[in-house]
Parts: sequence; structure tokens; C-alpha cells
Amino acid sequence: MILIVSAKLGTASRDKGTAAQGGKGSFISAIPSDIISTVEFNHTGELLATGDKGGRVVIFQREPESKNEPYSQGEYNVYSTFQSHEPEFDYLKSLEIEEKINKIKWLPQQNAAHSLLSTNDKTIKLWKITERDKRPEGYNLKDEEGKLKDLSTVTSLQVPVLKPMDLMVEVTPRRIFANGHTYHVNSISVNSDCETYMSADDLRINLWHLAITDRSFNIVDIKPANMEDLTEVITASEFHPHHCNLFVYSSSKGSLRLCDMRASALCDKHSKLYEEPEDPSNRSFFSEIISSVSDVKFSHSGRYMLTRDYLTVKVWDLNMETKPVETYQVHDYLRSKLCSLYENDCIFDKFECAWNGSDSVIMTGAYNNFFRMFDRNTKRDVTLEASRESSKPRAILKPRRVCVGGKRRKDDISVDSLDFTKKILHTAWHPTENIIAIAATNNLYIFQDKVNSEMH
Amino acid sequence: MFLTPVVPQWPFYKLDTMFVRGLKRKCFDGEEDIEGTLAGIKAIPSYNLQRQSLLDMSLVKLQLCHMLVEPNLCRSVLIANTVRQIQEEMTQDGTWQMINTQSTGQTSLDRLVSTDILCRSSREQAEGKQVPGYSNFNKDFEDDQTQDSSETMSTASSVQAPRNLQSNVWEMENPQENRGNFQKSLDQIFETLENKSPNSVEDLFSEVDNSYYDLDTMLTGMMSNTKMGHCDGLETFSSPTTTTSNSNCKSDLNELDHIVEILVES
Repeated sequence: MILIVSAKLGTASRDKGTAAQGGKGSFISAIPSDIISTVEFNHTGELLATGDKGGRVVIFQREPESKNEPYSQGEYNVYSTFQSHEPEFDYLKSLEIEEKINKIKWLPQQNAAHSLLSTNDKTIKLWKITERDKRPEGYNLKDEEGKLKDLSTVTSLQVPVLKPMDLMVEVTPRRIFANGHTYHVNSISVNSDCETYMSADDLRINLWHLAITDRSFNIVDIKPANMEDLTEVITASEFHPHHCNLFVYSSSKGSLRLCDMRASALCDKHSKLYEEPEDPSNRSFFSEIISSVSDVKFSHSGRYMLTRDYLTVKVWDLNMETKPVETYQVHDYLRSKLCSLYENDCIFDKFECAWNGSDSVIMTGAYNNFFRMFDRNTKRDVTLEASRESSKPRAILKPRRVCVGGKRRKDDISVDSLDFTKKILHTAWHPTENIIAIAATNNLYIFQDKVNSEMH
Repeated sequence: MFLTPVVPQWPFYKLDTMFVRGLKRKCFDGEEDIEGTLAGIKAIPSYNLQRQSLLDMSLVKLQLCHMLVEPNLCRSVLIANTVRQIQEEMTQDGTWQMINTQSTGQTSLDRLVSTDILCRSSREQAEGKQVPGYSNFNKDFEDDQTQDSSETMSTASSVQAPRNLQSNVWEMENPQENRGNFQKSLDQIFETLENKSPNSVEDLFSEVDNSYYDLDTMLTGMMSNTKMGHCDGLETFSSPTTTTSNSNCKSDLNELDHIVEILVES
């Protein structure tokens, strides 16, 4: 698969306009609150939502293919921007509640409107996105500006007609799910039943009905009776894509728990526990930290789960609890640097992972704006870079290599010159096509497969 | 107590390999049997120093995670688990006992008692098995409960001085009593993480209006109130750098009160 740069887009600046804004290749200068914190395609791939540290959501829409400009087929342009969350202050604890968007999840589309859930540390919101491209004209009682007409000037009646207007995208908050979490929400997942969703924080998972905001059901609670005994937290969770009763959650100790909601109301007892025994030869004081799972994703087929820990991505078969079926090294050269990475806190970075549409390729981010892809069938992997310098529009991405001593080829980067401030934590893969979205700090990169945009 | 951030004097990459291979080295290299003699300690001072450095770094991280925004619980839990691991290893290989033999004249019984405390789970401790050394420590603790947190470290150290180990080696500055109360302190970190409210010592002792709290906050708040008396927190080691760093953080003193001082003194 050869990847080309489809479009380089900076996130839109702080404005709450709802009109569609275009701009291929537009860049905004770096603002700290513009750091992208989540990226998510909708179910068709037509829309791409990003959330940032400033509480804003920017939605991109894929342009329909046009015969006039064959090269610009399928580029993503800004569709809508809105402020999802504002900073809050918890007066009881004298703490700020960040407005940073932790996760966005799209709801399956059921009518002309699109809906998505966005969450910060504490509050989940349901947003409805609608388009308006017509408006009625020719009212009898009001004039064009909406002012009441002088009735004496009205001599005949007319039927208002719908006339086309410039496309306006309106975003409204439909539900606010607040006060459900004491701890920081790290994931949300919409159930396949399209009626419920779950939200997980460090110690608890709640089940909500999309239409009910004043009540939620607690389905997992791992808070110990004595907080002194706390040694493990929930790091990520997701519903099974097909079975509405199954969900998985990962822990900071590197284990996965598959739970069945039919078994009991409180799913503290897992149905399956997926855990790989520790490799004694690699044991160090950092073993536990690097085994902490930062992301878990079901495959589209529902047969496998993908997990990301600090140094590897692993594919688990739902039917096998003892060990993953595949393990891929993301950046094993960091294994000897764990102490430095612990000191500068990089060891706590939470990388996400993603499947492609056919579950044949998996992707995850790394440092130095590198991201990695692993082909499960050919067992080949590639390292690519998301940076302005190496990504001119329509350019072909060049594979990168990190050298760990020994022979050094031209263009190789040595481990010591990796930039650990440039981390790619959030990546997303189009549900059906080979289009990927990479968030590199406050820049969004979208890459497309040049050869063919069908899944292979 | 505000820990001195330790700057190791060796390049980090060495530190990394040492840590990664640390466990292995101990197993395979007979000469480096720490259970042995003084010579044993001298043979691999670097591993112990590195481990100590990691321990101190971790403790600093736990303290520093008290910020305006609620700290990341996952990170705190992982750091705390690392600290426990180090502590367990240091107890198991007897390093810490060894160190105490050299520097103090305390009876071995007390030392064994303290080690026992470290190895016990917090639940057992809560069940209240009274241990001589520990109970003395506790008692002294309560005496200091009313000590104002904004008092200078000199006051605090003078209180603790009689029981401090007379040692100049920095890694042995952790007095035995501190170690003994280590587990307890570690546990309090989580309570601190839970209970973020007061910024002054007075608040600690003021009445908590439970009606405003949800169950979680209330439970931990109550627990913190009973245990947090010793949070006068600025005991120090006799390390020159500690004073400077603490004076720089004078404004954070009140916050530090509520941060569990890791090396608790009374």
C-alpha cells in the first residue's frame, strides 16, 4: 500500500461559526489549546471528527469525487466547528475540570442528521448535526428580514416557497450526561443496539440510555473498599461490534476482561480474562508500567481484539485467554531507555491503535511523529512520518527507519535523536477505504492509498 | 516531607541498562550477594544507588502530581506500584537491614519488626497488630498532629532528629521509622488523591459538612482527617539541597501538607 498525502489541514481557529469552511491545505499557527486529543471517522467515513484540548470539535467532510479535478477526489474539508465543552471548576475539591475532549464516538446514522457523543473528564454530551440548505421565502406577515409587515400593504396572499440557500451546518446539544463519574472518563462506546452506550472512568463503567440523562447503571466497579488497596485502574473499554451484551475493558496491569451483561447487573466478575504471563527475562521495575494497556479495539469482524501497551501492539483471539495470537513490536529500541522515559513521564503516554476495514492491517503511533503499520498477512511493517517537511500534498510517503547502532543507512534516525515531544497518540482508519487520519500534536494529516481506494 | 530530587551522576542510558538487567545480575553474579557482608555492598553500590534513585524519583513524582487539575489516577497508581516493588525488593534482599546495621546501634529486633511492617498488607496493618517500634512511632506522630504545617523544616527536623539515623550517606537518610511507616504513607497518597480540598492545615481539622459530599469523597475525607494529622509535612533529610528546594516551594507548603509525605516523621 502506497500512501499519499491527501490534504494537510490545521485545525480551525477558535470560532463558533457553523457555516462550512473550506480550505485545502490551510494552516493555523500552533495554539496550545489546539492540541488534538481525539480523532474518529463516522460509520461511512464521510465525516471525520476531531476533538482538541480546548474543548472544540471540528468535523471534516469528504468532498464527493468530481470528474473535473480527479486528484482532489475524496479530500476532507472543514464541515463544522463547535465548542463542545467548557472548562469547569469543581468547588468541592478546588480543582479544575479540563475541557479537553477525551473521546468522540459517532452514533449510527438513523435519519438525515448526524449525531455524536463527545466527552471530557466528567461530562458526556450528545450533539446533533443538521444541514440546512433551503429556507422558506415569501411569508405573508413578515418581510425578508423577519419584521412584521404593515398589513395595509398586503394585497394578496402567497404561499411561501423553499428556496436554496448557502449550506449551513447547525450543531445542537441534545443531551448532557453529567454527574455520572467521580473519576476521569477515559472511553465511551456506543452499543450495537444503538440505544445504549457506556462510559468508563478509572474505576467504574456506567451504562447509559441515549435518551435518559438523569440515570445511569453502574456495570463495573473496581474501586476497592479501601483506597489504600488500589493497585489497578481501568484504562479503556469498548462494546463488542455485534453482540450487544458483550464488552471488554483493559487495565493498567495489562489484562483484558470480557464481560457479559446477561450474567449479572454488576459485571465485576469477568466472563473471560485475557492476560499474558510476564516474560521473566525482560523483567524490570518498569515491567508493570509498560504492560499497562492504553487502548483496546475490537476488530470489525468481532473475532479479535487489538491492544496497545507501551512497546507493543497485540492481537487477541476472543477464544484464547492465555496469550495474544500476534504481537508486534512498535519501538522495542526504547526498552533500554525506560528509565529516562520514566523520568520525563513519556512512559505514561497513551497511544491508540486502529484496524483497517478488512482487519488485515493494524496501525499505531509512536514518537518523532512516526506511526507504524503492520500487515497481519504478510507480516511486513512500515514506519512512516507525519510532518510538514516530508509531506507535500500528493507526495508519496517515504518509509522511515530508526537505527539502533550497527549499520546506519542514509536518512535513518538514531534512537537518541528521536523527538519525544512529537508523539502520535491518536490515529483513525476509514471504516472501508484506505484512508487514515493522523493527529500530530495540533496538526491533522490525512493520507490516502494511491493505488486503489478499495480495501484489499 | 519534601524529597530532594536526585540527580544521578551517571548518564541515563547506563541507568536504564542497569535497571533492566538489575534483577538478572543479582541472580547470576554470586559476588554480588547483598545478603553478605559490607564488602558485598561495596561491590555493587551502583545498583542500590540506582534503585534508590528510582525510588526517590518516584516519590517526587507522586508528590508533584498534586496540581491544579486532578492528577491522573492511572499514572499515580503505576508510580505507587513501582515504589512498592522497590520497597519489597529492598526488604527482601535485606539491603535496608544491612544499611541500618552499619549506621545505628538499634537492636536487630526493632529492625525486623519494621521490615515486617513493610511486608504486611495494609489490611493487616489496619487490623491493628501493635508492634513496639511502630507504636512508638505512632505515638510521636500524634504529638505532632497539631504542629502547624507552615512551620519551617528546621522545627520539624529538630523533632525528628533524635530518632534519625546518624548517617551522612544520602541513601541512608531514610530513617527506619520512615520506612516503617512507608506503607502507611503510600496508602495515604491515594487518599490525598481522593481528597483534594483544603489548602491549609486548618481546613484539615475543620468540620466536614458531609451533606455536600458524595459517598466517595466523604469516606476518604473522613479517613484523611483522622490520619492526616502528621501532615505537617516538611520534615527533611539532612541534605543541603532540600532546604533550598523547600524554600522555593514555600508557596506550595500548604499544598504539600496534604500530599502524603512519603517519609513520614513525627
